Amino acid sequence: MIKINNLNKAYGKINVLQDINLHIKESEFVSFIGPSGCGKSTLINIIAGLDKATSGKVLVDEKEINGTHTDRIMVFQNAALFPWLDVYGNVAFGLKNICKDPNEIRDKVEEVLRKVHLSKFKHHYPHQLSGGMKQRVSIARSIVMDPKILLMDEPFSALDEQTRMLLHNELQEIWMETGKTILFVTHNIREAVKLSDRVIIMGIRPGCIVDDIAIDMAHPRQSTDSNLFYKEELIFRKLKVEIEKVAKEELGNEYNFEKNHLSWEHNNTMGGGI
Amino acid sequence: MKRIIFLGSIIILWEGVYKLDIWPDFMFPSPLNVLDTLIDGLMNGTYSIALLHSLRRLLIGYTIAVTLGIVISIVLATNKTMDETFGTLVLSLQSVPSVVWLPLALLWFKMGETSIIFVVVVGGIWNMIMNTSTGIKNVDPTLIRCGKNLGYQGLDLFTKIILPASIPHIITGMRLAWAFCWRALMAAEILSTGQGLGQILMWGRDMGNMNTVVSVMLMIAFTGLITDNLVFRKIELKIFEKWGLMAS
Repeated sequence: MIKINNLNKAYGKINVLQDINLHIKESEFVSFIGPSGCGKSTLINIIAGLDKATSGKVLVDEKEINGTHTDRIMVFQNAALFPWLDVYGNVAFGLKNICKDPNEIRDKVEEVLRKVHLSKFKHHYPHQLSGGMKQRVSIARSIVMDPKILLMDEPFSALDEQTRMLLHNELQEIWMETGKTILFVTHNIREAVKLSDRVIIMGIRPGCIVDDIAIDMAHPRQSTDSNLFYKEELIFRKLKVEIEKVAKEELGNEYNFEKNHLSWEHNNTMGGGI
Repeated sequence: MKRIIFLGSIIILWEGVYKLDIWPDFMFPSPLNVLDTLIDGLMNGTYSIALLHSLRRLLIGYTIAVTLGIVISIVLATNKTMDETFGTLVLSLQSVPSVVWLPLALLWFKMGETSIIFVVVVGGIWNMIMNTSTGIKNVDPTLIRCGKNLGYQGLDLFTKIILPASIPHIITGMRLAWAFCWRALMAAEILSTGQGLGQILMWGRDMGNMNTVVSVMLMIAFTGLITDNLVFRKIELKIFEKWGLMAS
């Protein structure tokens, strides 16, 4: 469904993304994970049409994308709700663009608000909502547009752990119900493993795809499943190389991810304290 | 409560100094006489009519200043060349006290209503422009991206997202513009003709009646205070809360 061919992106002389090639099938849940600065957000922005690639193509259903389109909707990290509109207004905001019948708009909005359990808060304004609720509104605003592709740029990273777990389950349900193609950018390995069919590990300088790991397990998944831990470990090992690269660049070459396990000090050798 | 005690003691102190009889009546009036004149003026209509006259001019000038201010800021915020040229001009014009325009206004519009209203407009417009254009320029870029993502473009994007998103700045601009217009109006009225509060104040001076002068000063102060604190502050706080600009 989505094909990315030889995509490059540079800001000035700095190569942010280099030679990205990727195929994503319909209804696939794909996570992008990598150290900060690896260009995963840039990549998703390019797919959304909010950013332009320096060279290369992004094809959706065999057609090259050109700018934003309502079949590719993004969920932003900080929810990005419109403060002057209530929950209902926010959810209906984009829908008004593609649907002119007021009754249809109302029905669709009510339905999606039920889906994210916000029917009671229809007339609340964003400043009256908690972080988790805001992100729910943001997700509702996106899926009400019925896009083919849902793009999520670290949607849960600002939330606390409990809220995040709730939203994972809800997102999983929504995905299983609607069968949307979801591209999900995250820092959190557990999140990526739990939710997705495929985890794409990205490397840094220049940003590129290091590995593409399939998580072939049935949905819905429980976070206690030991297979998930195995996959987590696998991804962590691959990611470690990249994280180390960043740390070395920032902190100097002597940085080592794994320190010596034995405590060692000059004054504290055997018998040294006598 | 503290404020009432404070106000009371000031009046007592004032009356005490007056009773000492250091200065003659026309230089240092008694607070009780001032209060008398104030109530009298309000009762017999002199002050209330003057206040209405002033408010009418203020409202006309203020409306022009706000509308024109918003229109100009939209041009400035969307056109880079205009911003770099006219924008810097606004910055320097803002530091010119608006009364300075009165001689020119008198030449252009003759003595009377129009020149006073002109000075009022000039008094408020720069602040309006500055605040509104800052507001438009500082709209959270994520909101704009989000709007584009949801299919909004061009004019729709501007009127449905950028403008509403900059309302907090616009309100601050409106509050400041009101305060500046009010000051400009008083200065212009004192120097010009008509039936506003400023003119009554000058008339009191000419008559050597300090009671009138001080009571009009009180009225000017209260009118400014009431509109600023009771009207604009409240709206501003409400908007700031809604737009999530306050730490709750």
